[in-house]
Amino acid sequence: MANPSKNNIAYVRTTMLTEQAPPITAAGPVLWIRTNLFSGPFNTIATLVGLYCVYWLVGHIGPWFLYSVWNANSLAECREILNGVNAACFGVIKDRWHQLLFGFYPPEAYWRPTLAFVLMIVAMAPILFESVPRKVLWFSAIFPALAFWLLWGGTIWFSVVGMLGFGIGYAVYRALVKNMLLATIAAVLVPILFWLFLLGPISGALSEALPIGIRKIDSDEFGGFMISIIIGVTGIALSLPIGVLLALGRKSDLLLVKWICVGFIEFIRGVPLITLLFTASLLLNYFLPPGTNFDIVLRVVIMVTLFAAAYMAEVIRGGLAALPQGQYEAADALGLDYWKAHRLIIMPQALKISIPGIVNTFIGLFKDTTLVVFIGILDPIGLSNAIRADSNWNGIYWELFGFIALCFFIFCFSMSRYSQYLENKLKTDHR
Amino acid sequence: MATTSENQAGSFRLGMLIYDTRYRSMTIQVVFMFLFMAGAVWLIDNTITNLSALGKDFNFGFLDVRAGYDINQRLIEYTNDSSHGRAWAVGLLNTLLLALFSCVTATVIGVIAGVLRLSKNWIISQLMNLYVEMFRNVPVLLWIVIIFAVLTEATPAPNAFRGENPTASMLFFDTVAITNRGVYVPGPLFTQSLGAINLGVISVSINFLLISAVVIGSIYANIRLRRHASAVQEATGDRPVTWWKSLLILFAPLIAVLAALGFHLDYPTLQGFNFQGGSYMRNSFTAMWLALSVYTGAFIAENVRAGILAISKGQTEAAFALGLRPNRTMNLVILPQALRVIIPPLISQYLNITKNTSLGIAVGYMDMRSTLGGITLNQTGRELECMLLLMVTYLTASLIISGAMNVYNNSVKLKER
Repeated sequence: MANPSKNNIAYVRTTMLTEQAPPITAAGPVLWIRTNLFSGPFNTIATLVGLYCVYWLVGHIGPWFLYSVWNANSLAECREILNGVNAACFGVIKDRWHQLLFGFYPPEAYWRPTLAFVLMIVAMAPILFESVPRKVLWFSAIFPALAFWLLWGGTIWFSVVGMLGFGIGYAVYRALVKNMLLATIAAVLVPILFWLFLLGPISGALSEALPIGIRKIDSDEFGGFMISIIIGVTGIALSLPIGVLLALGRKSDLLLVKWICVGFIEFIRGVPLITLLFTASLLLNYFLPPGTNFDIVLRVVIMVTLFAAAYMAEVIRGGLAALPQGQYEAADALGLDYWKAHRLIIMPQALKISIPGIVNTFIGLFKDTTLVVFIGILDPIGLSNAIRADSNWNGIYWELFGFIALCFFIFCFSMSRYSQYLENKLKTDHR
Repeated sequence: MATTSENQAGSFRLGMLIYDTRYRSMTIQVVFMFLFMAGAVWLIDNTITNLSALGKDFNFGFLDVRAGYDINQRLIEYTNDSSHGRAWAVGLLNTLLLALFSCVTATVIGVIAGVLRLSKNWIISQLMNLYVEMFRNVPVLLWIVIIFAVLTEATPAPNAFRGENPTASMLFFDTVAITNRGVYVPGPLFTQSLGAINLGVISVSINFLLISAVVIGSIYANIRLRRHASAVQEATGDRPVTWWKSLLILFAPLIAVLAALGFHLDYPTLQGFNFQGGSYMRNSFTAMWLALSVYTGAFIAENVRAGILAISKGQTEAAFALGLRPNRTMNLVILPQALRVIIPPLISQYLNITKNTSLGIAVGYMDMRSTLGGITLNQTGRELECMLLLMVTYLTASLIISGAMNVYNNSVKLKER
């Protein structure tokens, strides 16, 4: 049609067609289902197998939850209510809720660990989230002593005078700051001497003069998730700085320091935690002066911390190794000394790189707190055995295990989510 | 550090030990060494004092003394008349057996789960995600006790298999029986057994030695064959067909030896109150094996996923541009590079498995920790010696595994300049 005349054209559209929705198979849920679930024969088979798995799981676990019994005081009563239906008996968790949380801690003092837990969240908030006012960090600094006093009880002066040690160390440092070397040594030595020789007498005298205190509770009454959280959180807080020092030691030019750090790290990483815990409970009395006997929870915390610190050191060493050599050279070129270079340039970047590894170590540490059951501390798993030993609840497994697993899952999963949030927040590259 | 000190050369003052960078590191090391040695001396002195106060000495003579307890799973001959030292060896072998089994299955599970987690199929990848998160965030000890409870509480007793209408039935054409006492599987038997050679402390089955030798020889011959095929391909451009030769080399000698030895399977059958015949796997072993496999498998899945994601898409595209087919792309381009990322964390997972076998105490598995570090320790009261031996053994095992894997790691490492 080289020269179309008006007559032989039947119809010419003069307006644009209104935009139409795409075909149902090319957009929306149908497209998603087609591309993600049924894109080919293999994919279809996989989807059907997957759907069957889901159906099987839901079909078995669903009714178990749906018909579960929450109001029962023994397994027999529970089975009577269920009348042959195979379902969960969560009455055990309601019945033993306090025991699972606090172990054999005296019931009238349950407010103390609860308060300590709430305060712990407050103390951790400014460390975890930048938006929290910085002044709360002062509370974080005194929280350890406060938590110690709340959990173990006794006189408050022990905690107060213990915290004073840090103040003394700082004061000594300020007084001698002209001579950096002397100031550093004195700031470490003076508080240690203070704690070793003056802490006991001073706090004793103060509590005689002004007895402020709450009931003292021994470690063997601790148990349940409380003990897991105490050991886990203390271990997490202490293992990071020790791990950093060990990692630096392993990379150090000082041969002796290096070899001692290497030996320590490889030894700890080569043996199972359980042997270290047995060492803590069986052998520590051999290594200490006759007559010393210190708290089993403290021993466990020390061992768990050392164990996690060795793994932490390797994670941080990985971060240090991943840092380009230019960063070290740039720090040297700026004239920074070793500690300043590491504090201002190297460590912030190395720690950022190793966040996933660090949080994995934290999660591992928290999960490893369950091993204390082998040295007679009643953690949740130990308590599940104790509860089963009661004739009321003899033969109950899945409800208890499920509950414990769920609690651990919540803690560990939130830690790993937080690490992802932190990674995204600190991401500075432009990829 | 440019330290120009011409006028000071020769004159040495005490302050230079601290303020001169040439001497400072020396000073720090000497002080550190003194502190370290003082600490060590303090610990040893305390130990000696405490031991003498308790009237104990430090010697390993107890290893030759009669143990007097039974071990329910043993790979080498052991009775309660054997020595504590032999009980230690039995435990060590049980530890290694469990570690070996768990490493193999954990790798298989981990690789499958890791690849499936990257699947384009949404349901499959979410299911694998669920598996990984569920196992990674719950303590392994809990999984061990849960699986042990499943095996002992949720499986039928042997007498459920009895009668006209049994409530339970055996699996896989009546060859495997899962009962609350353990798992019974078919066991190998030889009609023309060659016996065993006694090597003083242990006796080794000649059948086993012969079969291992044949298998290793076949694998070696197959490697030679493939190398030859590659050489021919390099020279002529055509790769000779090898698959049937490979099959022949790998399986014909093995089948011939098994036939000559009169190999047959011994199936478990219900006799009396329990199953007889076949091989018996204790619940403690099965629970540890399954728990360590699925738990570590979840970690390995994450390593595998990370390894595959670390290979840039450009590698696949480049391989396709060279005209490689998808399976050869995977074998020749993607996998060799991904393995380099996967293997170092895989080594530490194997080490974790080996160390986690010590959790066998929770289900009564008689590993090294339960024999040497458990019953022997309690019977002899020699905590120091037992724990020391235990730690040294674990440490040696760990160092050997990491050493062997590092050799392999170095052989696949990217060769730079």
